[in-house]
Amino acid sequence: MPQTAVADSGTGISLKEFAARHGLHSAAALPSLPAYLREIWAYRHFIRAYSGARITSTFGQTRLGTIWQVLTPILNAAVYYVIFGVLLNTKGGDVSNFIAYLCTGVFLFGFTQVVVSGGINSVHANLGLIRALHFPRAALPISIVAIELRNMVASMSVLIIIVLATGEPITLEWLFVLPILLCLSLFNCGLALFGARLGSKLTDIRQLVPFFIRVWMYGSAVLYPVQRFTDHLHGWKLALVEANPMLVYIELMRHSLMENVKLASPPTQLWIEAIAWATVMFSVGFIYFWRGEKGYGRG
Amino acid sequence: MVEIDPTRTPTVIVDDAHIIYRVHGAQAAGSGSPLASFKRLVTRTNPAQVREVHAIKGVSFVAYKGEAIGMVGSNGSGKSTMLRAVAGLMPADRGAVYASGQPSLLGVNAVLMNDLPGERNVLLGCLAMGMSPAEAKAKVPEIIEFSGINERGDFSSLPMRTYSSGMSARLRFAISAAKKHDVLLIDEALATGDSKFRRRSEQRIRDLRAEAGTVFLVSHSESTIQETCERSIWLESGLIRADGPTEDVLKEYGAYMRK
Repeated sequence: MPQTAVADSGTGISLKEFAARHGLHSAAALPSLPAYLREIWAYRHFIRAYSGARITSTFGQTRLGTIWQVLTPILNAAVYYVIFGVLLNTKGGDVSNFIAYLCTGVFLFGFTQVVVSGGINSVHANLGLIRALHFPRAALPISIVAIELRNMVASMSVLIIIVLATGEPITLEWLFVLPILLCLSLFNCGLALFGARLGSKLTDIRQLVPFFIRVWMYGSAVLYPVQRFTDHLHGWKLALVEANPMLVYIELMRHSLMENVKLASPPTQLWIEAIAWATVMFSVGFIYFWRGEKGYGRG
Repeated sequence: MVEIDPTRTPTVIVDDAHIIYRVHGAQAAGSGSPLASFKRLVTRTNPAQVREVHAIKGVSFVAYKGEAIGMVGSNGSGKSTMLRAVAGLMPADRGAVYASGQPSLLGVNAVLMNDLPGERNVLLGCLAMGMSPAEAKAKVPEIIEFSGINERGDFSSLPMRTYSSGMSARLRFAISAAKKHDVLLIDEALATGDSKFRRRSEQRIRDLRAEAGTVFLVSHSESTIQETCERSIWLESGLIRADGPTEDVLKEYGAYMRK
């Protein structure tokens, strides 16, 4: 029968009441924050399998396969070493072991850099998946972090070989590597989640990311000693540079892996900043992403 | 208004839903110059790159337990968008969509990873439907068997990009049909399968219905709809033209399409 010809039946209840009576829930209802966390936890196997699948499919078409996970950081380090270590000879009297110093910065910053650019694209690039399957959308940016964390572990083994080869001793401070990586991963996860929602709404932001990343990198003392900042900057400019989370993480990592590294701030202060940045960025990113959960399919 | 049958249990209720989606990069010819973009920015006209498509314009219906509902309509009438809204994948701009449990959409554009072998995609698909790893692993041989992709040799260990469109459609259907769904939404998935697979999948749809779920089927094949669905909804440009027994709706629809 054509729908227009049907009058409301004698029951006299609206569709909404009918739905409520039978316990149907609205498809657009946002899950509560704890429920959303539980949902993500329930999908942890999917996140793991999806990240693994993404890595396989990235390297699947190359002959060397996952060897590239290790080769890429080595090549990266070589390029920066040739330019800044050999050609420009950036090493001053401040840093005795410039190669290890440089590689620590390049690898740590590289982790954040790929997470930011991947996170911003993660919702937009997977619109087909989002419109086809039901899963907590946060799985997409989180899996970007998981993929890059795996690459980071490969980079870290390269870094440790470089550090040892350049004559640094193994000390108890090396144990700090794990908590630093944990904080950095949490921080990056927050960034990826934040960027994912931002990138899905403001598509123009993708064009600005490279510039933002470049400014951030120069502000994180990746390619030159941090003394360039502490010697020449004063007042609010110095405070701004020193509050930079990436500078904090890179400094801490250098401090734990190498002897004789001059820091911009005392280690205790750096640790407080590292934990604060990780907590704040993760919470802000997560809540911001969760608020938009139901709208990602719209495009 | 929509008729409500209080004696039956509803599984999906769509209450005056409107769906608008945005399309990025839909640029008309001649509007691509920086000067034209700048002019739009200054005059605050809607950027040409972003277009809004009002796909569903106020649709209401109730689907009950144990029903199989066919969705018919010409290309671009909003059938797929409607299914996505029922699955909770596209939010409604106005009105509401209520469903029991989590409806699952099985569509031709469900993205599987083309560089990965079929088996791994099956595993990934099962995990994405919320199965535990052990459950998913146990299901893989059964799904591959049902899809029949291994009938012509060991295709399940080859990357998906080597599959024909029929084979990947079969695999997709097999994955979604492996789980019991309260509400299963099928979007043209059977169109590319051969007649043998079509028979098997029609049987599976009947089984799923017997397990007290509701099935929505979008198809351009009238015979498929006639064989599996006793009720049909005819959508045309985002509005319901007819909703009722399949035979009546298909007759009306057929008359409209021949015009």
